[in-house]
Amino acid sequence: MALTRDEVLHVANLARLSLAPEEIELFTRQLNDILAYVSKLQELDTAGVEPLAHVIPVFNVFREDAVREGLDRDAALSNAPAREEGAFVVPRII
Amino acid sequence: MREGFHSLSISRLAARLARGEVSAVEVTEAMLTRIKERDGELNTYITVDEAGARAMAQEAEAMLARGEATPLTGIPLALKDVMVTRGLRTTCGSRILANFIPPYDAAVCARLRQAGAVFLGKVNMDEFAMGSSTENSAFGPSRNPWNRDYIPGGSSGGSAAAVAADLCIASLGSDTGGSIRQPASLCGVVGLKPTYGRVSRYGLVAYASSLDQIGPLTKEVRDAAILLQAIAGHDPKDSTSAPVPAPDYQERLGREIKGMKIGVPREFFGAGLDPEVAAAVKEALQTLTGLGAELIEVSLPHTEYAVATYYVLAVAEASSNLARYDGVKYGLRADGKNLLEVYAQTRAQGFGAEVRRRIMLGTYALSAGYYEAYYKKASQVRALIRRDFEAAFRQCRVLATPVAPTPAFRLGEKVDDPLTMYLSDIFTISANLGGIPGISVPCGFSSRGLPIGLQLMGPVFGEADLLQAAYAFEQATDFHRRKPPF
Repeated sequence: MALTRDEVLHVANLARLSLAPEEIELFTRQLNDILAYVSKLQELDTAGVEPLAHVIPVFNVFREDAVREGLDRDAALSNAPAREEGAFVVPRII
Repeated sequence: MREGFHSLSISRLAARLARGEVSAVEVTEAMLTRIKERDGELNTYITVDEAGARAMAQEAEAMLARGEATPLTGIPLALKDVMVTRGLRTTCGSRILANFIPPYDAAVCARLRQAGAVFLGKVNMDEFAMGSSTENSAFGPSRNPWNRDYIPGGSSGGSAAAVAADLCIASLGSDTGGSIRQPASLCGVVGLKPTYGRVSRYGLVAYASSLDQIGPLTKEVRDAAILLQAIAGHDPKDSTSAPVPAPDYQERLGREIKGMKIGVPREFFGAGLDPEVAAAVKEALQTLTGLGAELIEVSLPHTEYAVATYYVLAVAEASSNLARYDGVKYGLRADGKNLLEVYAQTRAQGFGAEVRRRIMLGTYALSAGYYEAYYKKASQVRALIRRDFEAAFRQCRVLATPVAPTPAFRLGEKVDDPLTMYLSDIFTISANLGGIPGISVPCGFSSRGLPIGLQLMGPVFGEADLLQAAYAFEQATDFHRRKPPF
């Protein structure tokens, strides 16, 4: 399951990462090394084994739907790279 | 008197504060002076908060005067820069958060603040807790106080080095695959990763949410118990925190371990283990036997698959968690012609190479057509690793193993070879996958004078067992009393 250069570019696009030209080669090689190592998982027969996602038995945590204090708007916006009239500003989308 | 504060443990310093032999303000000033004069040699702090520390020390004085002191009142701590602190820059070791000022406190920080602790500042780490050496920090690597040509371990390397070098009294770190225990081992201090869900992660910057856990790095085992006590317990703001009351973690310190069954998993003593580490850990096992513990050989047959399992699950979770860094709500924003370009440029400029590598790997593992082969498969192997632990803990109370396969390595030695770097976590990752607690306690030195740690792992919520055994071991040895040549 070796990754090609095109697949690396595809994954970078999915991850919203732009890669410098020299990084494309480097990442292709390094990711393939890691994937080759990880492929040892295929040695194991896991038929019928229930995947484990959460290690302690906590399910569906509910609480009262009560009004409580949260971050106020100014605090929530305080780290925004650009803000205007109580909103985050982004480049024009439409 | 001023001379000695920095090397005191939490419990000894608290006793002096309680007796009024020294004030919290004096202690804090002494620590700030020491950091200013000496931290340049090790680079353990990313941000020192002099004004904040002074204000907290004043508050601690008032608590002491009112007779409302807790075991942490007036104790100067360093926080790994991965837990958010209200009004105090929190970078996660990343350019992307280089100017981030959190508007709220992480649950652990709020609890420590309430207890009257003093925050000296935020300490160095591998970017987003991804790494084993702190060389992935955007703020430069930290150095090992035992030998400055060597790494302190990671990702909580700033915490471990600061504790070892007496640049704080104790520290909080986080551990996703060994990030508390491995640097503790490499710097010769105590590091405890609690059970998954034992400590609230509200306000902990997320890396791999099914594995991350906060815990203490301290000079002595008792301090780890004190600090864990202050942060353990259920938190409604973290739905993954366990609704299980925390026991008294100091209660069993000093109790003998005669008859305690300690499992020694044979898979942790095979090829790849440095002979000096093997010798130190085997001698530690003899010490435990001498204290009356009964050693039992056990097997954790899926150990060799732990690193591979981790590097599917952790990176998959990371790729999802780190999607939030988009240059819109907080953090760095790069210029771009359109929104897509802003995203891609922001993330390219803001994240270092290892973070981008893991995001890429995780994105690939979760992408269409590969989910079954990677994420599902790894989740199944995780279940097998968990079963191994359950079977082992039917035979013994705790497990004893090495923490890291080698002592600290040289700066730069592994930076170009990510896979080799990943293998430095080979003995610590299993505990995160199984959700169980683990502690690193000093157990020897290499011929070059670099520290070696013993790892004890326990069943879910078995922290008191670990602390009891680790304390008994510590009291029978003097490795924790040795100080680095710093």
